[in-house]
Amino acid sequence: MTGMSMREAYGQALADYGEQHPLIVTLDADTASSTFSNFFARRFPDRFFNIGIAEPCLVDVAAGLALGGLVPFANVFASLLSLRALEQIRTCVCYAQTNVKLVGHYAGVSDYKDGPTHHSITDIATLRALPQMVVIVPADSIEAAAWVPLIAEYAGPVYLRISRAETLSVHSLPPVLQIGKGIQLRPGNDVTLVSCGAMVGRSLLAAQALQNAGIEARVIEMHTLKPLDAEILVKAAEETGALVTAEEHSIIGGLGSSVAEVLSGNCPVPLERVGIADTFARTGPDPETLMDALGLGVNDIFLAAQRAAARKLKSRRIA
Amino acid sequence: MTYHTEALIIELEALARQLRVESLRMIYRRQAGHPGGSLSAAEIMAGLFFHHLRLDPQNPDWPERDRFILSKGHASAVLYAALALGGFLTLDDLKSWGDLDCRLQGHPDRLKTPGVDMSTGLLGHGIAVGAGLALAARLQKLNYRVYTLLGDGECQAGIVWEGAMLAAKYHLNGLTAILDYNDVQLDGPVHEILPLEPLIGKWRSFNWHVIEINGHDLRQILESLDLAQEIHDRPTLILAHTTKGKGVSFMENNAHWHGAVIDSLQYKRALAELGQEVTE
Repeated sequence: MTGMSMREAYGQALADYGEQHPLIVTLDADTASSTFSNFFARRFPDRFFNIGIAEPCLVDVAAGLALGGLVPFANVFASLLSLRALEQIRTCVCYAQTNVKLVGHYAGVSDYKDGPTHHSITDIATLRALPQMVVIVPADSIEAAAWVPLIAEYAGPVYLRISRAETLSVHSLPPVLQIGKGIQLRPGNDVTLVSCGAMVGRSLLAAQALQNAGIEARVIEMHTLKPLDAEILVKAAEETGALVTAEEHSIIGGLGSSVAEVLSGNCPVPLERVGIADTFARTGPDPETLMDALGLGVNDIFLAAQRAAARKLKSRRIA
Repeated sequence: MTYHTEALIIELEALARQLRVESLRMIYRRQAGHPGGSLSAAEIMAGLFFHHLRLDPQNPDWPERDRFILSKGHASAVLYAALALGGFLTLDDLKSWGDLDCRLQGHPDRLKTPGVDMSTGLLGHGIAVGAGLALAARLQKLNYRVYTLLGDGECQAGIVWEGAMLAAKYHLNGLTAILDYNDVQLDGPVHEILPLEPLIGKWRSFNWHVIEINGHDLRQILESLDLAQEIHDRPTLILAHTTKGKGVSFMENNAHWHGAVIDSLQYKRALAELGQEVTE
């Protein structure tokens, strides 16, 4: 644990990056003190624009700034960005290919206090469906900060999904990151756990528990949901023969769906998907308790891995 | 403010007529497009593209060029015609409009068509995107100005007013919007579908400078565009009263011609009314 929430680490990294890069501008839609884009605002007041509670306008203005040669980071709650401003994102960012960085905060159920209106459990599904969009889901605070320079230097639309919470620590040092390249965090050949965001730390805990139960689980952090690293997935399917996906997102259209799309066409093996069932979540006392209650617990990953491994053995016996 | 000679006005009027002819040619050839809103904007587009905007067709990406966003993207025919007559495209290019893999998409695409600064189509984006561009110009200390042409119907969309508030907040005097107020939208008269009036009052209360003109009078168009540059503390809206389908009697003020295509008889009659011989 760094003792810092993902959003705070991101906010500091953005302000630091802005120091050396005068083309970076930042926008927010009246959530700057929640997204910590206010760190940037305080240091560079002339390069910060508070758009007010008008998320479609936030995206359109960012598109205009990008047309003018600047590199805008547009921040607001992921629920509003991915739902209310979706047409602007589709038309003015993706279709027009403007160099806009969209940062969706309070992702998943990390805004546990405010309930389902504020949760964002469909953003990966909607944004990855848009042509030209890159979708990045960091696992922890250190990684979130490390993405800032990379996505700033990438020419084109990016969606960065930021948790409100301090997620379980995955990286003790800034990891080597490449858009579209998954990271193998742990070796194993019995089953593969593929996860993103807050579920990466949980998958590592599940892998430990699986080892104690005699199952060696490979763990892959799939930080880029789009473009998806098909190579690492197919290799894992061939070598381990069973996969589990884990995401703080609806079971429809997110990481599990993405992995299923790749496997079905390349190397169909048993796949178990851990995610939020096709339902709205609810208010909770803290993110960890709420995630557990929604079937996103370490034990849920553990059980899914056992099921996947058992299906693999069964299918091999039949063959 | 410059004095505009009568010769210039007459020349631009002829070009506006030519924009109408080329728009109808394109729509007839393709049997698709939006004649009504292309015809209503002909003088505005002529004033912008053949006189007011600082553009260089040889260098369409010139960083200091004025920017133009066709917020009412469905009037793409008149934009493509203006780009062709303005030297960004050839008249021959216009024939390919809508062909598979052509440079001219149904609605404007900034990546495919030289001279198109922003892809548009779904209504409402011109003001907010234009505000972002005007902010960028200010931050980078460039002198270009940003123009956007809006339809009246699109003023029913909330994003227009979000953008209007934002442009006023930042005193974006480099942003000028022209509103093609023809009072006709797809389903009927704007004042019946969802009334906009009092429209001048709305824009003024959003802290915009408003100039009301006859949108078919080129002298008024040029003068209002010049006047907007004299306003230094806020964006300007030029509210241009126009006639949908202007210049073709059976199209005028008729919602049917928002997006209907013309048959050969109608085409001949329309071109005859515009004083143009039909050669195809």
